[in-house]
Amino acid sequence: MALRRLYLSSSSPASNILLRSLSPQVQPHRSFSSGDQTLTIETSVPFTGHNCEPPSRSVETTPSELLSFFKDMSLMRRMELAADSLYKAKLIRGFCHLYDGQEAVSVGMEAAITKKDCIITAYRDHSIFLGRGGTLIETFAELMGRRAGCSKGKGGSMHFYKKDSGFYGGHGIVGAQVPLGCGLAFAQKYQKDNTVTFVMYGDGAANQGQLFEALNMAALWDLPAILVCENNHYGMGTAEWRAAKSPAYYKRGDYVPGLKVDGMDALAVKQACKFAKEHALKNGPLILEMDTYRYHGHSMSDPGSTYRTRDEISGVRQERDPIERIRKLILAHDIAAAADLKSIEKDIRKEVDEAVAQAKEIPMPEPSELFTNVYVKGLGVEAFGADRKEVRAVLL
Amino acid sequence: MAATLVRLSRGVSICRRSMSTFSGQDHVETTKGKRMNLFSAINQALHIALETDPRSYLFGEDVGFGGVFRCTTGLAERFGKQRVFNTPLCEQGIVGFGIGLAAMGNRAIAEIQFADYIFPAFDQIVNEAAKFRYRSGNQFNCGGLTIRSPYGAVGHGGHYHSQSPESFFCHVPGIKVVIPRSPLQAKGLLLASIRDPNPVVFFEPKWLYRQAVEEVPDHDYMLPLSEAEVIRQGSDITLVGWGAQLSVMEEACADAAKEGISCELIDLKTLIPWDKETVEASVRKTGRLLVSHEAPVTGGFGAEISAAIVERCFLRLEAPVARVCGLDTPFPLVYEPFYMPTKNKILEAIKSTINY
Repeated sequence: MALRRLYLSSSSPASNILLRSLSPQVQPHRSFSSGDQTLTIETSVPFTGHNCEPPSRSVETTPSELLSFFKDMSLMRRMELAADSLYKAKLIRGFCHLYDGQEAVSVGMEAAITKKDCIITAYRDHSIFLGRGGTLIETFAELMGRRAGCSKGKGGSMHFYKKDSGFYGGHGIVGAQVPLGCGLAFAQKYQKDNTVTFVMYGDGAANQGQLFEALNMAALWDLPAILVCENNHYGMGTAEWRAAKSPAYYKRGDYVPGLKVDGMDALAVKQACKFAKEHALKNGPLILEMDTYRYHGHSMSDPGSTYRTRDEISGVRQERDPIERIRKLILAHDIAAAADLKSIEKDIRKEVDEAVAQAKEIPMPEPSELFTNVYVKGLGVEAFGADRKEVRAVLL
Repeated sequence: MAATLVRLSRGVSICRRSMSTFSGQDHVETTKGKRMNLFSAINQALHIALETDPRSYLFGEDVGFGGVFRCTTGLAERFGKQRVFNTPLCEQGIVGFGIGLAAMGNRAIAEIQFADYIFPAFDQIVNEAAKFRYRSGNQFNCGGLTIRSPYGAVGHGGHYHSQSPESFFCHVPGIKVVIPRSPLQAKGLLLASIRDPNPVVFFEPKWLYRQAVEEVPDHDYMLPLSEAEVIRQGSDITLVGWGAQLSVMEEACADAAKEGISCELIDLKTLIPWDKETVEASVRKTGRLLVSHEAPVTGGFGAEISAAIVERCFLRLEAPVARVCGLDTPFPLVYEPFYMPTKNKILEAIKSTINY
């Protein structure tokens, strides 16, 4: 069995139960302690280190952080479900890879780093973009190829970018973004601004040769690059153990230390990313293997049920779901009531529906955009066809 | 084979790209066959290849489950996981592995899931596969290697599931590049490619996997490589293309015929080494040439055809060679129809070449 089941062991020490707080947005009429009080929560499972001393299982958080995790992940989930419908309605063309199930990786990572740190990922990028501060409108507009999209509608699902918060995309070829990420990290190190790059890839990409070339350079030059292997256990339709002699991806850097993290536990991800950033600034690269799971198939053309059982999927949903885990923590610590969380989810659903409706109204890019951005100024790009006059008219 | 061949008449139907007549021209023995689409024909060819040669192997990403386009359905079950197997996602490794396997005298049939993903393997193809025989003074070769890969537009594929990279490989002496236009062609050309003693890059038009349906003989047959085929006779202008683009060109020819222009359409089938003689003979007859492909026009294989024909037929040409190709932009997500060398663009080019 490729997938190790990690059981949710939500531990709530007695002392924490006393810490009751809530978000003012949820129930403004109840005035409890602010959302900033510190809670200490243990991760679902211990970290496993490779050539490094793993961080503590005890993660500090606050009620407002837990609520923001809940909201952000629910928004990502809802957004992906909306993208699913838009794709099926043929409003999204191209290829589309959904992130539902993996949300804890994005929100946990964002909680540990700043927007000056860089992230680069592959094509499962919608939620990473949202996590970096992207908006729903930009997301849906890009997905549908509209001009208000984050890449002006020219990228589509696989090519989201957000320069002002260090999100370098959005790459279509398996593993190709990893060397790029090391280049980003070199620039950061050179500028001595104490920032790092999180280079994300999947368990499928972990077998690409260029990953090891990049890893060697990163280690050789002590680059502040953190290689984040989002191990969702299937490289397209192939289970990890069918494709990798060692699916212990955190160990595969050999001379590069690694850490295995429950990627379904946002707090564990946060702890690991905090640890990784400190490590990388001091010692160079580190591999974080996030043990996670995608509920959807690899892409929209993969039903996702031919190479794994429905039981496996529903088992993960029941036992390890990242949103449910946070919901349980919020309820256990009496941060908000179940009804409040339901109402948040309802608001999110509305927000997503409205964004979809708005994005649908946004026009497509100008046809002339087909020729821009090929070079700096679209130099010399002309449309051939035998009747050049006609096509030139389009260009003007 | 050629001597005993009898013409077969078939109907070809394609829903979206309504291709009407690729019938009556193929030299294939008359035998019973079934109507099938292109991926089924590929699948049948692979069954035959593995059946007839116990030293043939098939591997690639997800091929053990039938592949993303179902071309390899049933093969792992039929021939076992020792001969039909999944690889990790590592294109460079897949091709390099295939070269080694072929160098030991085996037939290695490697699949690259999309032609857009072939670039990590480019070094292995260009520097290892293509030059193995030459640089070892014929001691070694990887002639048993065939790399199959779906190429081309599919209507909504975006940047990385639509490209036509054939011309990169046409710049590499030592490999062959083959592209079929229909199910019957695909089966015969794929078997010929697999059995050819040179490494072959075989691009399959993914637009036609399901769309193109025609009768395909059941038996084991091969179609010759490096032989172009005149699939429509005409006298005013010669059109040259390959793969899925031929169906678009065929429509343009039909429309041109309504305006009294007689087009001769040639399927090149093998891009390198290509059949210059057939094209030359046709251009000597018509005096005009149009080449069309989906890949960007600049540096596309159309440029090579154009140059070669101008060299050979300079005094016979009555108009500049026309190229109706993809635009010089990355393959777009939205506005794919603007990018594509559509029927109307071809028709316009036919007319302006005739009226030059």
